[in-house]
Amino acid sequence: MSALAEAPSARRIAWLRRRRAVAGAWRDYRRHLPGMVGLVILVLVVAMALAAPLLADEAGLKAINSTGNPTWASPSEFGPLGTDGLGRDVMTQFIWGSRISLLVGLAATILAMVIGSVVGITAGFFGGAVSAVLMRVTEWFLVIPFLPLAIVLAAILGPSVKNIILVIGITSWPSTTRLIQAQVLTLRERDYVDRSRALGASNWHLMSRHILPNVSPLILANTTLTVPIVILSEATLSFLGLGDPSNASWGKMLDDAFESGAVTLEAWWYFVPPGLGILLVVLAFTLVGQALEEILDPRLRDKHG
Amino acid sequence: MSAEGNGALLEVSGLKVEFPGRHGTARAVDGVDFTMKSGEIVALVGESGCGKTTLARSIMGLQRPLAGEVRVRGETLRYGRRALRDHRRSAQMIFQDPTGALNARQTIYEAVAEGVRIHRLPGNEEEVVAEGLSRAGLRPPERFFTRYPYEISGGQRQRVIIAGAMVLNPSLLVADEPVSSLDASIRGEILALMLKLVRETQIGILVVTHDLGLAWNVADRVAVMYLGRIVEEGPTEEILSSPRHPYTRALLSVVPEIAQMEQQILSGEAPDPTRIPSGCRFHPRCPLVESGKAAELGIEERCRTEDPVELPACHAVR
Amino acid sequence: MSGQVPLLSVRDLHVTYAAAERPVPAVRGVDIELEVGETLGLAGESGCGKSSLAGALLRLLPGGTEVTGEVLLDGEDVLTMKPGRLRAVRWTDLAIVFQGALHTLNPVQRVGDQIGEAIRLHSKGTSHAKVRERVGELLELVGLPARRARDYPHQLSGGQRQRVLIGLALACEPRLLIADEPTTALDVMVQAQVLRLLEDLQERFGLATIFITHDLSTLASVCRRLAVMYAGRIVEQGPSHDVFAAPTHPYTRALAGAFPVIGDQAFRMAPAGLPGDPPDPRHLPEGCPFHPRCPAAVETCSSVPVELWPAGPGRAAACIHAPGSPVPA
Repeated sequence: MSALAEAPSARRIAWLRRRRAVAGAWRDYRRHLPGMVGLVILVLVVAMALAAPLLADEAGLKAINSTGNPTWASPSEFGPLGTDGLGRDVMTQFIWGSRISLLVGLAATILAMVIGSVVGITAGFFGGAVSAVLMRVTEWFLVIPFLPLAIVLAAILGPSVKNIILVIGITSWPSTTRLIQAQVLTLRERDYVDRSRALGASNWHLMSRHILPNVSPLILANTTLTVPIVILSEATLSFLGLGDPSNASWGKMLDDAFESGAVTLEAWWYFVPPGLGILLVVLAFTLVGQALEEILDPRLRDKHG
Repeated sequence: MSAEGNGALLEVSGLKVEFPGRHGTARAVDGVDFTMKSGEIVALVGESGCGKTTLARSIMGLQRPLAGEVRVRGETLRYGRRALRDHRRSAQMIFQDPTGALNARQTIYEAVAEGVRIHRLPGNEEEVVAEGLSRAGLRPPERFFTRYPYEISGGQRQRVIIAGAMVLNPSLLVADEPVSSLDASIRGEILALMLKLVRETQIGILVVTHDLGLAWNVADRVAVMYLGRIVEEGPTEEILSSPRHPYTRALLSVVPEIAQMEQQILSGEAPDPTRIPSGCRFHPRCPLVESGKAAELGIEERCRTEDPVELPACHAVR
Repeated sequence: MSGQVPLLSVRDLHVTYAAAERPVPAVRGVDIELEVGETLGLAGESGCGKSSLAGALLRLLPGGTEVTGEVLLDGEDVLTMKPGRLRAVRWTDLAIVFQGALHTLNPVQRVGDQIGEAIRLHSKGTSHAKVRERVGELLELVGLPARRARDYPHQLSGGQRQRVLIGLALACEPRLLIADEPTTALDVMVQAQVLRLLEDLQERFGLATIFITHDLSTLASVCRRLAVMYAGRIVEQGPSHDVFAAPTHPYTRALAGAFPVIGDQAFRMAPAGLPGDPPDPRHLPEGCPFHPRCPAAVETCSSVPVELWPAGPGRAAACIHAPGSPVPA
């Protein structure tokens, strides 16, 4: 009786099946060329960020440690990417800068996703007065221009990486909320939600067991689409001088390049690498996000049959 | 009033449910009194829009009534969190579309175990689930544990839903069109399962349906609903062989199997609960009024002005 | 004029859907003949191939689907028609009414304009006034006041929309109407209204109809002839009253018994069904495809293939118990 033999491990089999579902999604993903291009770029950038201590000495970020270097040396004169006006190695800044840009990008996105999902699911699930209040707040955040709000917040909280994450996080959630709320509105009308309710389920049970699992692909896809926006926001804030002065993010590099007149000196090696870095990461996340959205969003998936 | 006391399984009294809308308030359930006993199958029949599904949902506590009461085994339904959860152990529901009523991301095992987990029932969960599945005719149950809803047939999905409801040992099962989305050959099997459950467990089943054949197949009693009200009620054989309300007669006449009856196709669509006619709510479509028979009987004026209260709700019957 | 040639003659029709792993044979050799003005009821459950059959008759199946055999309309093969000729034939000779009237109508166009469009597409150069007049006629024909032409689909009820669709199908005076579950989504009373309308149209215009549904009793009351499909083949056919009253094939018997005769004590508290589910068309059982569910199956059923054998006057059944079966049961 093979049926009896498998009975005690029913849950383990269920878990295996879920793993197989993930494997299936991965198989679909592998066939998605733009998605794979994005993923490869991401893996390379993340590897560089993680391996920063091995690739470049952090001390090289400080001008005081770079007094022996020539200033405004072009790539042909010094290192792979030349030096800036203080003699600091641009390559070192680029490698260490990727850490801050990615850290801020991911941390602020996660913060935005958590706020966005909680508000979106709550508003969508409960409807009525709860939804009205939450969605007014959401719309309020959505219509305030991002930059002035972020500048004010950054100025009040003071410049530090933690505060940059906070500022970007609490200004980037409203679009996610609207997306999730709309999806939850259709999910809560499903018969299986009614069935679960009729079985005696509490609202918490319904939200965590039925609603959340069904919006999670949407959240995942939306996460990857929010990261590039956040990275750009970080660059913007740093460029405006609201970033952490002690940490060299790519945005900070651009700011420094601008301040020190790299553009007029035609020291392209100082502003092209961070600019290109931001562009590539933004592009990579967007490609990955769109691929995930196509594979995981049931509404898009249904169209392929 | 149906104050039968302790013998009744389900008592509904003076129930009213309204939905505010742009085109006026829909009086979906407009004063329903109704009782049923344990071990009984009652068919609640009517056209779509007559309020039968709303009534079923209010019995489950899924819809809060504007007025009136629902009692299961003498226990009045309250709407607090704990009270609702307890109510939903004694009353369970099965749905018209078994595909939509199962979460596609859950395995069959999880779907059946859900109620067990919610109510933290004692005992070995896996045994409870296995027993539930085999009682619902899914054997051997272990073969179904790890499957997903899309991997089994429509009839099997409905059995999964029945299993999920029955593992809670409810005393009342509300079935909303349980076979209307299933294939003809599966239909009889699911109905037979319902009959078996009643015989084995003395559960009471309220079947909401538009299908009079289903009533003849399984129901002990029939209640006919029109525009938010029950208009006729009684033992199945009596109602289906000698209906007294003209609406019941018309419903029965359009069933294709009854060749000997002259068809009375009512004109117009299913009635609109936002505009319930005054007097007898059926009078604008009533064949008795249309044919002038009501005028002959001298009750036409009453049909237009006076709401019949006693069942069958027709002035011509009295 | 076409005394010899039947209106529709389907011969050995096969429909096979392309699928990732293994092709799905939905229709596996069906023959149908239909005379002018005749009504045929096609019964069967979901997945039996009845809708694929209807789709094949109008060539409305998705690309990549393999259709073989012949579909002769007045002796002309629909399956090999050039696209231009096919467009002309669709609607003017052959029209279809689907279930789910809401999705078939364009929600942002007045229903009158939608019917008018169909008229204009098929008889170009019809004057504006003439088209409007014809639209009014058609709506009245299906029991709607002509002023309803100005309504949008959402302003109509389900039954009214189904009437509009029937009007739309009749716009070009087809000679053959295919009605695929035309009443399934409708309420009992409205179902009866639509059925009566279809019967009335058949009588008035000599319209030949193929009526597809899973409800055998409805078919028996509307159609003269009945064909029951199972697993992509016709398993029983004959005059509808005979077939319904005394089925030969056990599957037909089960379908006939599924909807009880109210008042008949045989059905009282005794719902009749069949165990199991319709087979997966990719993995059909050996022998008679119905044998695993069949209450009358004998040992030979699992090995001997069945075909339509004579079963009384004008009747045939694909069962070894059929009177004309050459296989000893």
